[in-house]
Amino acid sequence: MNGSFRALRLGSLSVLFRPRVALICALLFMVLLALAVLLMGTGTMPLPVAELLAILGGTGDNPAAEQIVMRVRLPRLLTGAFVGASLGMAGAMFQSVARNPLGSPDVIGFTTGAATGAIVQIVMFGAGPLATALAAMISGVATAAAVFLLSRKGGSAGGQRLVLVGIGIGATLSGLNTMLVVMGNLDRAMAAQVWLAGSLNMRTWWHVLPANMGFLLIAPIACWHGRRLSLLDMGDDMARQLGVATEKTRLVAVLAAVSLTSVATAAAGPITFVALAAPQLVRRLTRAPEIPMLPAALMGSVLLLAADLLSQRIAGNLVMPIGLTTGLLGGLYILWLLTRTGRR
Amino acid sequence: MTRGRRFWLAFGLAVLLLVMAASLAVGSRHIPLPVILDALRQPDPRNDLHLIVRELRVPRTLLAALAGAALGMAGAMMQALTRNPLAEPGLLGINAGAAMAVVLGIALFELSDIAGYVWFGFAGAGLAGAVVVLLGRAHDTGSDPIRLVLAGAGLSVVLGALTGILVLNAPLELFDALRKWTAGSMEGRGLDVAAVLAPAVLAGGLLAAGLAGNLNAIALGQDLGRTLGVRTGRVWVLSCLTVMLLAGAATAAVGPVGFVGLLAPHAARIICGPDHRLILPASGLIAAFLLLTADIMGRVLARPEEIAAGIVAAILGGPFFIILVRRFRLVGS
Repeated sequence: MNGSFRALRLGSLSVLFRPRVALICALLFMVLLALAVLLMGTGTMPLPVAELLAILGGTGDNPAAEQIVMRVRLPRLLTGAFVGASLGMAGAMFQSVARNPLGSPDVIGFTTGAATGAIVQIVMFGAGPLATALAAMISGVATAAAVFLLSRKGGSAGGQRLVLVGIGIGATLSGLNTMLVVMGNLDRAMAAQVWLAGSLNMRTWWHVLPANMGFLLIAPIACWHGRRLSLLDMGDDMARQLGVATEKTRLVAVLAAVSLTSVATAAAGPITFVALAAPQLVRRLTRAPEIPMLPAALMGSVLLLAADLLSQRIAGNLVMPIGLTTGLLGGLYILWLLTRTGRR
Repeated sequence: MTRGRRFWLAFGLAVLLLVMAASLAVGSRHIPLPVILDALRQPDPRNDLHLIVRELRVPRTLLAALAGAALGMAGAMMQALTRNPLAEPGLLGINAGAAMAVVLGIALFELSDIAGYVWFGFAGAGLAGAVVVLLGRAHDTGSDPIRLVLAGAGLSVVLGALTGILVLNAPLELFDALRKWTAGSMEGRGLDVAAVLAPAVLAGGLLAAGLAGNLNAIALGQDLGRTLGVRTGRVWVLSCLTVMLLAGAATAAVGPVGFVGLLAPHAARIICGPDHRLILPASGLIAAFLLLTADIMGRVLARPEEIAAGIVAAILGGPFFIILVRRFRLVGS
């Protein structure tokens, strides 16, 4: 096993403590803080760190700057941070369950399902952000439930069948999505398209709240399950002998991951690549045999905020929603990996 | 080819002709059968109904049949090559490449009619397909389907994001044109589009027929195929070119139509067994049938409006696919 670790014991509870993982966590957290300062301090109205701290501490003396920070920049920053964290952690759980670095919530039709709810709201009712987010969450979870129920046969949801059924449902829903966008009124269709691109623009505290609550509620469950998930890597039989209820563990993990992704999608629209890349990058850094949940969440935040910085400051006048930025970077990353890995 | 299977192919062809006839007869406007026959045999340019049949329904019927056949054959070839039951032409980056090129055509050259940008779609599909084949190293290993799929997925994401950025930064008309093309519709395409599509499908079909025997060997696995004396590298490259030709032309002509190319080969395998000399023509027939039926349904269901065939295909294809997954053991699963 790579990387040293120690077990911390408190009565019957024990936690594995890896110094290297802790170090990586601390480093990632510092990068996160630096990105936050950059995102809050630059823009049309540059603000030095001292003034930022004063405003956040409630002792600012510039009302205009206070408005910008508290109404625009802070909500956007927090939404991005929590959405990234949720996606990173969800990706880690999905990849553990699927035992496949490409395991992703998109595969089981979940993202498309969440989009359906949002598009129905936008195109048919012209709804605002809160109703859109709620609809995305409900339809996303409903899609995941439908995939699970339909792929059950003889008591267990088989891996391959789960993926196939997910693709079937995803395709049906994406047909529905296209129909709604094509037949809808042009302005509302455009609004739906903008939502589909994934965006952190115009985020308010109404976006922060659900993303924040969702993450804080579900993350502990995810961390608690991380250990059991890594036991599943040894194979179902071995894990069962060690006292892990395999089917139940998988179900809880997938449900937690689906909830995390749905909260994130509700807050910022569909954002690709973060759930895919964060766990893989963290795995390379920590060299731990399993994918640690907390660093994956931190890495998700870092990736998303970095992409946000890129689309806000580098792109200039170009409209570049964050979901498209992450897609562009993610695709290039995959292609770069392909040119790097030699013939096999 | 056994007699029973020859019968099935003939039966399929007959069914296809019937559906094509139905596609001429059904539409938002009711036209009696004798009038349709008249329009075909002795057209009267002053008769509105004759014009509808000749100018609208004949082209879209031909288009649906041709595009369907192309997608079905392309899907069957990809599934054999990658030995992946989920492979379909979109995986080679063809949809994303065509969409990107169409958007560029509309944005930069202000092309407004489909016959104008069908060439852009074709070029984009071909370029994207070529990049994926090169990055996936189909030419020298030919043995790693996952690499090809990854390259296709990666390029699709990049092109999709670029297309999205272009559309969001362009005037609203561009978005309107794109969303209509994306739906996969036969509406408003004339015979000039079919004239681009037909030779591509013919050439692709001939190439596919020539490769069918070798595909049987490759579907057994790369190593076994080589042991059987097949020059796998060459078959791979030729097959990828054929898929690009077929799927690129179909996508450029009618827009990205999902599912038809995925579903038809599965149905063909269930009916015909594992021989690709049968699977390829059967996939073409079944896919043509599916796309025509989807187009007819789209015209009937939402009268007097229309639902694009690509949308109908996706909405109906999904549940059908799930039934297939639950009832049969799919190849490789």
